[in-house]
Amino acid sequence: MYAFSYHQPKTVRQAASLLAKNEDGKILAGGQTLLPTMKQRLAAPPALIDLGKVEGLSGIELKGRSLVIGATTKHVQVATSEIVKQAIPGLAEMAGMIGDPAVRNRGTIGGSVANNDPAADYPAACLALGATIITNTRKIPAEQFFTGLFETALEPGEVIVKISFPIVSKAAYAKFRNPASRYAMVGVFVAKRGSDIRVAVTGAGSNGVFRATALEEALKKRFSPKSLEGVSVSADGLNGDIHASPEYRAHLIGVMAKRAVTAAIGK
Amino acid sequence: MHSPCVSPPAAIPADHRSERRREDERFLTGQGRYLDDDPPEGCLFAAVLRSPHGHARILSVDVAAATESPGVRAVLTGEHWAADGLGALPCFMSLGPDAPLVVPPRPPLGYERVRHVGDPVALVVAESRQAAQDALELIVVDYEVEPAVTDMRRAVAEGAPQVWPEAPGNQAFRYRRGDPDSAAAAMAGAAHVVELELVNNRIAAAALEPRGATGSWDASSGRWLLRISGASVHQIRRELAEGVFRVPLAAIDVVCPDVGGGFGMKNVTYPEYALVLWAAKRLGAPVHWTAERIEDFTAGVHARDNLTTARLGLDAEGRFLALQVETLVNLGAYVSSLGPGPATTAATPAMGGLYDIPAVSMDVRGVFTNTAPVDAYRGAGKPEANFLIERLVDLAAARLGLDAVELRRRNLMRSFPHRNAMGAVIDCGAPLANLDRALLAADHAGFPARRSASEAQGRLRGLGVGCFLETSRGQPNEEAWLRVRSDGSMELAIGTQSNGQGHETSFVRLAADRLGVPAETLRLVQGDTRVVPRGGGHGGARSLHMGGGAIVLAVEDLVAKAREHAARLTQAAPADVSFEGGACVIRSHGGPERRMELAEIAAALAPEEALEGHGHHLCDAYTFPNGCHVAEVEVDPETGAVALLSYVAVDDYGRLVNPLLTEGQLHGGVAQGVGQALMEEARYEDETGQMLAATFMDYQAPRAADLPPFAVTFVEIPTNANPIGAKGVGQAGAIAAPHTVINAVLDALRPLGVTHLDMPATPERVWSAIRRAKSHA
Ligand SMILES: Cc1cc2nc3c(=O)[nH]c(=O)nc-3n(C[C@H](O)[C@H](O)[C@H](O)COP(=O)(O)OP(=O)(O)OC[C@H]3O[C@@H](n4cnc5c(N)ncnc54)[C@H](O)[C@@H]3O)c2cc1C
Repeated sequence: MYAFSYHQPKTVRQAASLLAKNEDGKILAGGQTLLPTMKQRLAAPPALIDLGKVEGLSGIELKGRSLVIGATTKHVQVATSEIVKQAIPGLAEMAGMIGDPAVRNRGTIGGSVANNDPAADYPAACLALGATIITNTRKIPAEQFFTGLFETALEPGEVIVKISFPIVSKAAYAKFRNPASRYAMVGVFVAKRGSDIRVAVTGAGSNGVFRATALEEALKKRFSPKSLEGVSVSADGLNGDIHASPEYRAHLIGVMAKRAVTAAIGK
Repeated sequence: MHSPCVSPPAAIPADHRSERRREDERFLTGQGRYLDDDPPEGCLFAAVLRSPHGHARILSVDVAAATESPGVRAVLTGEHWAADGLGALPCFMSLGPDAPLVVPPRPPLGYERVRHVGDPVALVVAESRQAAQDALELIVVDYEVEPAVTDMRRAVAEGAPQVWPEAPGNQAFRYRRGDPDSAAAAMAGAAHVVELELVNNRIAAAALEPRGATGSWDASSGRWLLRISGASVHQIRRELAEGVFRVPLAAIDVVCPDVGGGFGMKNVTYPEYALVLWAAKRLGAPVHWTAERIEDFTAGVHARDNLTTARLGLDAEGRFLALQVETLVNLGAYVSSLGPGPATTAATPAMGGLYDIPAVSMDVRGVFTNTAPVDAYRGAGKPEANFLIERLVDLAAARLGLDAVELRRRNLMRSFPHRNAMGAVIDCGAPLANLDRALLAADHAGFPARRSASEAQGRLRGLGVGCFLETSRGQPNEEAWLRVRSDGSMELAIGTQSNGQGHETSFVRLAADRLGVPAETLRLVQGDTRVVPRGGGHGGARSLHMGGGAIVLAVEDLVAKAREHAARLTQAAPADVSFEGGACVIRSHGGPERRMELAEIAAALAPEEALEGHGHHLCDAYTFPNGCHVAEVEVDPETGAVALLSYVAVDDYGRLVNPLLTEGQLHGGVAQGVGQALMEEARYEDETGQMLAATFMDYQAPRAADLPPFAVTFVEIPTNANPIGAKGVGQAGAIAAPHTVINAVLDALRPLGVTHLDMPATPERVWSAIRRAKSHA
């Protein structure tokens, strides 16, 4: 780890101004991604702006037909929240599948979304559910938010404040864990809101989370796992590593999509 | 018939048998003292610059900027080492006169060339870790990258990159044992021959506590002190003194504080040990180094990594006639302390496993590649030997249309002592009875119903049976010392070493109960050459076998000495002094009975006359732990994921000192074996030599949630190989689990036409095997 200065703002405004003042400074949320990277000297932010003491950034509430989750809400809170379980049970289940208990008790939704790890789970949920990422300056639809590997639409100095998920009629997540890291090797989030059906895939795409349009089209005919039979997913543009080749990932997308649809129907 | 006795051990009263570990309170409440907890006052911190390349020439190393970096006290390279005229890390192993071993020079810092990713290139010593890390980044090394080879098949092929000029064809040795002629003849006459090409995957021990070392130099006495998170302090001292620094043994002491796991990877001499000692002397201050996890993965020793072709010949009735084994073992880029041992001398007596096979031959070639060196890891050679025969047995059963259990029954050793084809004499055991017990415990009879139930859920269920024979001994001989202080407290010093095995409980109990004193009286001293003059460390499941014997002898010696002293002090006839309940009892004619506690005797002795017992257990006998394991798995045919559902072990480790600790050892070993079977692979990219699984993000070690509860039964058939009848448990689980689990996975996949899978049976590998079988069907 390199030396850095540490700041503990009380408000989002202070956080933003600290970010503006400290060039290359970084926001610290749960630290589950940032701190290990710093320990390995892969990141060297000269300043950390800790959101831990910022009031009102954490919490879960229903606002009309939306579920709104504060940026520093921890994975364990989402996983165990009665509100989430009622509104979008698939989202609570997804949060419960992240990492291990230690990670879920520190890691936050804002940190996960801001980080946009290509194997992270939340990006799939955001994309499939059509979430809106709300920052200190604007509202960004998930479609436009996740722009590439560890890349997002966030501008320097922009802070995620909350994330709003429209409530859908059916949604579920099926995850095939990377056996070592437990991140998603392939994770498929399926959501159905009226005739709008979205299938978002994480862990597999060499450019991060993406929508599997061929699967969405098939499901539009009938929202049933049967509709996915025989629909093959191309391995082009998928990741290959020691755990899974692109072909295997392509195959798993099909399997996980079917399982997610089955689970969604059962909800 | 097997030896008759299944008797409780005499040495340990029933209420002490399964006592909990005395050391656990310390370990579990954060009171353990590990190397990094206590860097010495005023010490400097070292960091090691390592090769990012699998194979490269070092054209230059520019340390100027690093040397100028704040807080830096020295930046040392291989040239400094060479200029100081110091030696290289040795390997004192011999594979016998017929199998000469190429041991290329291995100075602790590479110069001219680096040969694996992680190979040390330079050492920074600074006033803080931070300063040392900062300076590492300022060292500029000019490398000329050369082609690397990590794959053994390619390494031995024509035109492969050569790791060492002195080892043409990358061959380090060729080792042959058994009787090739009789094996070939028997094979030629066999009604059936089955053959397999098997990978025994390269794995990393991944101990919880990474490696570490602190070197100190005492100028006034001219002695070094090396503190390490390690084991085998005497062997490491010898290698450093004789091989590296060329000084008398007495010039170096090696000490281990609490050690958070080793499994063999910490029994060897590492370059960093030499470096911290060297730097401490040069700089006149202690030098402390702790490995980062990635340094353990890339520069700690790995294990296994065999590529074996094995053939089993059977007669028309399915009796085993012959076994032929040809193995390539990947030694890595250098020959580590015991690196050549596992595939050769350690595997030899266990070749053929628990079966009666009249003719066996083995032919092993050691291969250099651009990978981290391998060395002994839990089981060392025995997992490999048992894996290949147990896989062959299942394959033969499938080919011959026989039940795999029935085929085992026909061929397990039946009468003892049994001399196997490699000349090992297995003294006692009950393999057939244990097989039956294991099948009963695993409800083998109910398996078809469970398989159908799984099938109804769309899953494939498999049951695997795996027998094993361990040949345990490790270093022969062991010594123990019992020292009584005048306050009655006692030190039990011993040359074996616990890295978490529980010796503070079991060894102390063994001595305390034999002496008739409370266990609290005794303190175990280990892993310290200053107070333990000699010892063989742990390894080869030897600690209780060798060390337990030494303890028994030390107790006898102490008792004899105490009686002599008591007789002298009370002017009694020696014959009138007996030892009862921890004290001498003097019953002279006519006089009153008198009790003399050990403390009293110790206090009465002249200062130079310590009350001490010494046990020198001269023993080169092997013991033969053995047993039968049964695993049940479910495979998800859509994803290839394997779930281990149940695991049964029925094992004979001879007499047990503490069944609870024994079970703990077995659990850990099985977990590691399951890891090897399903998850772990220290994988490299062949042509670049990059290590692809160098963090826990990519290297999958088993977690508690990956493992079912284990159902364990112990059958105590005592051995005569040592005075306590124990056979040893340290390695058994890691030996038996890999083939048991793989046999189960293959049993599940057999209906689909899959006949072979290499470890680790990862989801992708299983899925690919299913897909291939389907496309062939
Ligand atoms: C062992 C392990 C296993 C894991 N497994 C999984 C898994 O299975 N699935 C999964 O999805 N994730 C997994 N994670 C990641 C985990 O979910 C992290 O919590 C998450 O990626 C980052 O969240 P954090 O709160 O820890 O953020 P931090 O590490 O604190 O920050 C991450 C990044 O986001 C930025 N950031 C944080 N908050 C904000 C904000 N409000 N606005 C703008 N930028 C912000 C930071 O500056 C930093 O760049 C795992 C992590 C570990 C260590």
